[in-house]
Amino acid sequence: MSTHEVIIVGGGPAGLAAATELRRLGIRDVVVLEREQQAGGVPRHCGHPGFGWREFRRILSGPAYAERLVASAAGVPVRTGTTVTAIEPGGVVQTVTPKGRETLRAARVLLATGTRETPRSAQLVSGTRPSGVFNTGSLQQLVYLAKVKPCTRAVVVGSELVAFSSLLTLRHAGIRAVALLEESDTVLAPGPARLAASVLFGTQVITSARVLAVQGSPRVTGVEIEHPGGREIIACDGVVFSGRFVPEAAILRTSHLQVDPRSGGPVVDQYARTTDSLFFAAGNLLRPVEASWTAWTEGRAAARAIAASLRGNLPEAQHHTHLEARGAIRWISPQRLAHPAPLPVALPLNLRVTHPLRGRLRVMAGTTELWSERRRLLPERRVLLPLSAEQATSVAEAVIDVADPVAL
Amino acid sequence: MKFDVAIIGGGVVGLAILRRLALGGVSAVLLEKGADILSGASKGNSALLHTGFDAPPGSLELACMRAGYAEYLEIRERLNLPLVVTGGLVVAWNDAEAAQLPAILAQAHRNGVTDAVKLDPATLYSREPHLAPGALGAVLVPGEHVIDAWSAPLAYALQALAHGASIRRGCEVLGGERRGDVWMLATSQGELRVPVVINGAGLYGDRVEGIARTPPFSIRPRKGQFVVFDKTAWPLVNAIVLPVPTERTKGVLVCRTAYGNVLAGPTAEEVDEREAPTVDQAALEALVQKARALVPALAGHGVNAVYAGLRPATESKEYRIEALADRGWITVAGIRSTGLTGSLGIASHVAALYARDFGSLRETSAPIWTPVPNLCETRERPWQAADPGEIVCHCEMVTRHEIDAALSGPLPAGDLGGLKRRTRCMMGRCQGFYCSWRVTQLASGRLADLPAEPLPA
Repeated sequence: MSTHEVIIVGGGPAGLAAATELRRLGIRDVVVLEREQQAGGVPRHCGHPGFGWREFRRILSGPAYAERLVASAAGVPVRTGTTVTAIEPGGVVQTVTPKGRETLRAARVLLATGTRETPRSAQLVSGTRPSGVFNTGSLQQLVYLAKVKPCTRAVVVGSELVAFSSLLTLRHAGIRAVALLEESDTVLAPGPARLAASVLFGTQVITSARVLAVQGSPRVTGVEIEHPGGREIIACDGVVFSGRFVPEAAILRTSHLQVDPRSGGPVVDQYARTTDSLFFAAGNLLRPVEASWTAWTEGRAAARAIAASLRGNLPEAQHHTHLEARGAIRWISPQRLAHPAPLPVALPLNLRVTHPLRGRLRVMAGTTELWSERRRLLPERRVLLPLSAEQATSVAEAVIDVADPVAL
Repeated sequence: MKFDVAIIGGGVVGLAILRRLALGGVSAVLLEKGADILSGASKGNSALLHTGFDAPPGSLELACMRAGYAEYLEIRERLNLPLVVTGGLVVAWNDAEAAQLPAILAQAHRNGVTDAVKLDPATLYSREPHLAPGALGAVLVPGEHVIDAWSAPLAYALQALAHGASIRRGCEVLGGERRGDVWMLATSQGELRVPVVINGAGLYGDRVEGIARTPPFSIRPRKGQFVVFDKTAWPLVNAIVLPVPTERTKGVLVCRTAYGNVLAGPTAEEVDEREAPTVDQAALEALVQKARALVPALAGHGVNAVYAGLRPATESKEYRIEALADRGWITVAGIRSTGLTGSLGIASHVAALYARDFGSLRETSAPIWTPVPNLCETRERPWQAADPGEIVCHCEMVTRHEIDAALSGPLPAGDLGGLKRRTRCMMGRCQGFYCSWRVTQLASGRLADLPAEPLPA
């Protein structure tokens, strides 16, 4: 069994940022395990600009950003083609490489396996099951990595920010994006997205639209939709189910670590420690989904917590404040605050709401209000909760909810 | 090339017959209209190996199932086919259902399934601790098992090919005419002259039968929809958990799959579809609910995949197997939902009809065994062996070697569905989010339905 100070599972923005930071902090024996043939994570196949400004003071395309991340981690061995099949107590990491299975062990393990979109099947969408059905991620990889044009006329389902990444990818491949469908009554991406879609891409944006059925066999020939104007069939030979991200948490689900059913990620504290303090987690594995710079920031912060932990400066928690999301709060991460809290937090308290609403976001310990603020809250937007561990030192359980909610 | 027999239909039944005839020294060709074998009814079922405990007593169906079951167990190791030993449990949830258990047990015993026993609730829950509370008892059928519904017919096809049989894919039979003692079959790949035709056309059984005679039956497809839970759910279910059947349907079962998942289904819907059966959100949601009602802990596990299959049912339950001695024709139709188990038994029965009416069989003394790659999670998978090479699909842990192998050899995958059935690539929790580009790259130019147009540089 080969042993290391730190094993990082996942070579995307969070994992590579952590590797770079651990090296800067003088942790010598770090190894990154990446199951793909190239490190870099999701940005590898986002072939449009919008990456790197906060990290590198440059506006980079996804692939250029991925290369930059890899270059920054120079000196840290990045083992590509290495799949982690299980994690076990004691810092044990089971792997398989092209040469076979190998058991590794580390003093600390950082889990940074990222996120993916929900496939059409898990959304239980009606209709035939033809080829030509994609997620943004699979579409991007077909276009930017396999360099093929997988369809000619596509419908994009969903209007999270990533849907616009789909539109850019389709345009790059010369594929016409005929329509963008959103189930709720408003486009979820921030800014003038709706206008951008119609002006820049000539794409019809249809809100309050539900996909009734995928049609065609063996290839997609159209999607049947229902919207306030009635039912219609949009002819297309590709459908992109965008967004609805879920953490890629497969190895957690069969491990000894606790998983939060709301976020889909591991239960962590403000130092990115999971329920086994040898294992840390960062990036979009924690929850769906943040921009790459957030994953990168979390990776760096988790690396500092790991370094402190290795040097004996991060004591084991004596007790925790458990945070429970209720009502309109879809998830909160971290899910617990560790006490004592001697270091700056690695992961700020971050949450999402289920639908657009206004109300008093609050933290309750029984009937005592620990913190509250009136807020306008939108789904798919990052909401930070400025609650410190000190404010909750003697609290075992706190509930996060929205009082006096008014749906927008 | 001169053939003694043409089999129409490359489902599990047609392929088992092809194998049996090839092992009997008969020169046979199989004609499949799809781009690959298993393109119709055989691609979407519950993948169970049935004892026949609930089959109609004294029926041909029961005889074929018993014979098919025994032969599967006899040959499976040499073809590297799995057996997930589960047993089946017919569970009663109310007094009316409990009152039917003795009759179910008696029928099992009458059908020769003598090891079936009744279980009291305590024993039932010790075997199935995750089952919802409230069960009043069950009949345990220890011999009901789970197999790999795609690898088995592939193995039969490969063994048939090794013994000189032919398989033509993308070959649709358009019509035929009896001229003297031969059939002139018109196909999408030209005319074929053959003395004996076997109709194993499944969902198109009635239309193909129309070549020989006014069909005495019509195919009334019955759709079954299924949901496949993530591999994380595997520990929650041990046996095949069956409901007490009604007149209309065997009902929704929950069981393990050979690939390490938990399966729930099927629905039973009379439909007009013969191709590309649709899934329906409301039906799928109801299946998920039903499965979670039976096994509440499934609530913590996601759905990876959904599918629908069509059973080639006719007006009545019975298999429609007969030889038209004067017409050089054997009908093999109405193999509704026990075809996977029954196929090897059906094949022997059909071979006997052939020998009786049309020609002689000279059983080979030296069968060639054609083991298939293992996809079953209870046996060692290629990624677990030494030097597995690149892993392409990380959800199902499919290696590049497996994909390359499935794209070559005597019966390479004919379409993406065929590649998925041979390897399980793109069939896991991400459904190709991570690996479809790499699969596309590896299969480029080799599968009919893959996006192949390269982007301009």
